[in-house]
Amino acid sequence: MLLIRCPYCEEERPELEFRNAGEAHVARPADIAAISDEDFEAFFFIRSNPKGIIYERWRHIHGCARFFNAVRDTVSDKFVMTYKAGEPKPKKLPGVAK
Amino acid sequence: MVKGSQGVKSVQGAKNVQRTKRVQAAKKEAQTGDAVTVERREALAGRVFSAAGVTVTPLPPAERVSLRAPEDSVAALSRALGVTLPAKPKTSAAKAGRLAFWLGPDEWMVIDEGGKDPLADCARVKALHSAVGISHRNVAIAVTGPACEATVSAGCPQDLSLAVFPVGAVSRTVLGKAEIVLYRAAEDSFRIECWRSFSDYVFTFLSEAARDAAA
Ligand SMILES: [Zn+2]
Repeated sequence: MLLIRCPYCEEERPELEFRNAGEAHVARPADIAAISDEDFEAFFFIRSNPKGIIYERWRHIHGCARFFNAVRDTVSDKFVMTYKAGEPKPKKLPGVAK
Repeated sequence: MVKGSQGVKSVQGAKNVQRTKRVQAAKKEAQTGDAVTVERREALAGRVFSAAGVTVTPLPPAERVSLRAPEDSVAALSRALGVTLPAKPKTSAAKAGRLAFWLGPDEWMVIDEGGKDPLADCARVKALHSAVGISHRNVAIAVTGPACEATVSAGCPQDLSLAVFPVGAVSRTVLGKAEIVLYRAAEDSFRIECWRSFSDYVFTFLSEAARDAAA
């Protein structure tokens, strides 16, 4: 079983307590009615789907119930790090080359 | 088509008659002064499971509040409740028959086993908060005895060793397929809070786990 560190509970918890909530840092346009269809498509449907490092929203649904962000490697399925919702994308990732 | 719609109408009509009868009965009751008595039906009444080294027992009904509040309101709420709302994850506070569980950064569960409703205490607090009475939503089950840790661990994926989950630790987590709130009341005693509709599953799960832990 994967252990995921919840930034609010401040410890690693079993994955059964968590739920994935899609890609992180997808900013909702301030005036969504004014954007073009192409921009809306990009915001609403298009996701990065990378091979390697991905930034995701996760929710500690059966724990503190909070949403937070996680950096995960889609190849190894390993969590690189987690951080609180609203915090910027971390510039440096621990243990990751590039 | 016509026949069908008439059928619907007559069902509606029957419901209206029923409602009228109920209203009349209530009015009559109010006039004669007969009080309505409702018998409390506890979800797990009479169910106790014992195995070597562990006992699974339903706990008596208690008053419960689901509390959400920003940091600025915590001091006032703690004063009104008579128990300090814990600020650290996975911790609890206990005072005079009252328990306060940290569930999230701005979320607590308050339990009163002495029959004094914490909801009334919260109602007196002017500071911003949300208190919802959930006394009847939850059922509490005690798992006690030297094999209690092995019993709960059969369905809970958290590390429940005393070093990581000490006395007083509390956490929302899962047991099998049900969400629970797990509280360590003593080295050899857990209190498990679950939703009433899950209580049959949770109690049966714990009973089976107790049988295995004893074997
Ligand atoms: Zn958490």
